[in-house]
Amino acid sequence: MKLLLEHAHVEGIRYYDAYRKNGGYRAVEKAFKMTPDEIVEEVKKSGLRGRGGAGFPTGMKWSFLAKPEGIPRHLVCNADESEPGTFKDRYLMEFIPHLLIEGLIVSSFALGSNATYIYIRGEYAWIVDILEQAITEAKNNGWLGKNILNSGFDCEIYVQRGAGAYICGEETALIESLEGKRGNPRIKPPFPAIQGLWMRPTVVNNVETLAAVVPIMNIGGEAYSKIGVGRSTGTKLLSVCGNVKKPGIYEIDMTQSVEEFIFSDEYCGGIANGKKLKACIPGGSSVPILPANLLLKTAKGETRYMNYESLSDGGFATGSMMGSGGFIVFDEDQCVVRHTMTLARFYNHESCGQCSPCREGTGWMYKILKNIEYGKGKMSDIDLLWDIQRKIEGNTICPLGDAAAWPVAAAIRHFRDEFEWHVLNPEESQKRNFGLAHYADPIHVPTETA
Amino acid sequence: MSEQPKFKVTIDNITVEVPAGTTILNAARMIGGDVTPPAMCYYSKLEGSGGKCRTCLVEVSKGSEKDPRPMPKLVASCRTTVMDGMEVKNITSDKVLDARKGVVEMLLINHPLDCPVCDQAGECHLQDLSYEHGVAGTRYEFDRRTFEKEDIGDYIQLHMTRCILCYRCVFTADQLTNKREHGILERGDHAEISTLLGKSLDNEFIGNVIDVCPVGALTDKTFRFKNRVWFTKPVDAHRDCPTCSGKVRLWMRGDEVFRVTARKDKWGEVEEWICNDCRFHKKEAKDWVIEGPSRIDRHSVISQGHYVDTVKQPVYIDRVIGKNPKLLLDIHKVSDVNRPDVDLSKIEGPAHSDDFKKNKDN
Repeated sequence: MKLLLEHAHVEGIRYYDAYRKNGGYRAVEKAFKMTPDEIVEEVKKSGLRGRGGAGFPTGMKWSFLAKPEGIPRHLVCNADESEPGTFKDRYLMEFIPHLLIEGLIVSSFALGSNATYIYIRGEYAWIVDILEQAITEAKNNGWLGKNILNSGFDCEIYVQRGAGAYICGEETALIESLEGKRGNPRIKPPFPAIQGLWMRPTVVNNVETLAAVVPIMNIGGEAYSKIGVGRSTGTKLLSVCGNVKKPGIYEIDMTQSVEEFIFSDEYCGGIANGKKLKACIPGGSSVPILPANLLLKTAKGETRYMNYESLSDGGFATGSMMGSGGFIVFDEDQCVVRHTMTLARFYNHESCGQCSPCREGTGWMYKILKNIEYGKGKMSDIDLLWDIQRKIEGNTICPLGDAAAWPVAAAIRHFRDEFEWHVLNPEESQKRNFGLAHYADPIHVPTETA
Repeated sequence: MSEQPKFKVTIDNITVEVPAGTTILNAARMIGGDVTPPAMCYYSKLEGSGGKCRTCLVEVSKGSEKDPRPMPKLVASCRTTVMDGMEVKNITSDKVLDARKGVVEMLLINHPLDCPVCDQAGECHLQDLSYEHGVAGTRYEFDRRTFEKEDIGDYIQLHMTRCILCYRCVFTADQLTNKREHGILERGDHAEISTLLGKSLDNEFIGNVIDVCPVGALTDKTFRFKNRVWFTKPVDAHRDCPTCSGKVRLWMRGDEVFRVTARKDKWGEVEEWICNDCRFHKKEAKDWVIEGPSRIDRHSVISQGHYVDTVKQPVYIDRVIGKNPKLLLDIHKVSDVNRPDVDLSKIEGPAHSDDFKKNKDN
């Protein structure tokens, strides 16, 4: 089932003519015949959940937007996609930019935003040009600007480049950065829906969420909600990387099992080079890593599916999260300690430095993990790591503290023997990897068929 | 005039009525004593401060009368406003005490702990905090963070290694002066306080950043290494100043004025900002009209029992736990010294064990 990437392989879909020929901007035509409240209602009906990581229902978020008289409202598109392992928004913006622009026009109309911003990650420098070209094309064809489709609604879309900070993907930090300040997350409340950009009511949505508004308008919220399973409605983009045969972007309707997703030829095509699956991070670097056995089956022995509920089944003890869809697969040759150290270094580097636990704790965790990885660790370090992550998690302003704590916690929880092996065999651990352990042994590996 | 609604909030089993819009921290300050969470970054006089240091985390066990659900995470009490019927746990919550211990540990791992040579020692909020909520040892085994030295002017000494990044001085510089020239560079654990391209801070009120700094990161260059704060006596004084209110606190030894600071209230916050002229240039007793000894209540190491009328913090332990604590040993019953009814300030010279015995007979 493909909704977002339906026309992704059409020649020249990046440009207006091809996009329009393939049914582009129908959603805008349809939306401008409706009232803004009807559009919000349609999105609510669709059950669309935020694709940025938290999975908060988009329709509900939109209905929280305060609408005081005489104060402008803003829609901000969060294109600061910096999570290690996640690159789905990049694909959308780079190859089908008009899908995002169309979604933005519809959403701006629904929310009453006359000035809409795309806050794009600084490293996506070339995509800024692609987006700006798409905006110009849309404007030349009357989809943007003053009095769109004679509805009396004006809308402008501005692209703003970030300066390369992961923290600016957090919505309040993004707003601060967009205002030209240092990208420090704000303390909530007040929430952006009440006081956001320039103290005006603001909605911040992920690229994929806003793009998903287009198919919702095209097929209707009711029909959209029938795709998928339970509360995981619609389709989700996954960016797969790691040791699989076919890494890349996949659109799924969330009915696939994890096993099918990894091993079927339609999707990832199995583990590369004939290796075995060791572990996987199903939703971008911040979510807990799962060993193969817990990834394919839940703790209760049920099959795990690629949707919000099933992936988080069992909580953090035996589950993980859908997150932002950065699916990172590890084969038996990967070292979990080294991987955890790399992530700890990332979060240490990207912490904004406001809250003491995150500022000091991430650096501390990185240093300890570095010691363990390079054979200088002690057994007590593992318990210390556990204690530090526990003191960071939940005690910070923004979720970066949690995001830094969860991967470390999950790695220790599921791969403690690997950490212990590193401590006990400092020399051997420098020469070879731990490999598969009993807990990470896949319960079932499909045999290669011709 | 419409009457402001009053909210009832219960903090550690002590109920207090506060106006709507009060933060939990300020409600707790109205009660006082042990139930008040410590605050390293919040400063009631600075708009936008707070929420950063995480020492004031509390548990909200009941959201409000209308919505009694507890809050899922610990909240920063300095930035969370009370709701009617809210129930807050501070020292009665193990979760809070554990998290606070963690925060204090995090604040200290990169602090140089150079108290013996630090001018702030004796009136340092981080010292108080680690004394009250910290642990004796450290589990940190790595080199502590260091910074390149930076000169930010003739009056203010910056020790970046001691900084806990509370942002108080940034807010002060932003809100007292019209130029934005003092802020944070870099991010994460290599973030540092700095001025615009290393320029010196030059403003009539910039000296106040010394007073708001909870640690010894910003100290007075005119007082540097001159004396320990507990050897100097604080007296309140004023002068007719054209720029500020002129109400200051002089730190004297004999007739010599060692240091001039703003007056601080019992939470260690400046009452009125003072200008650089008063702070750095009027260092003679004849410049000032001395009002009398300052009332010191927070920093016990400064008062050392030498001052009349020191205000003791109220003790609420019986109300917090709902009964009188059962003491294993009441020291006052066994020991002759350390009797609470003996006022040390009324004894001439150093106290002698006879002083206590004499009193006992009375």
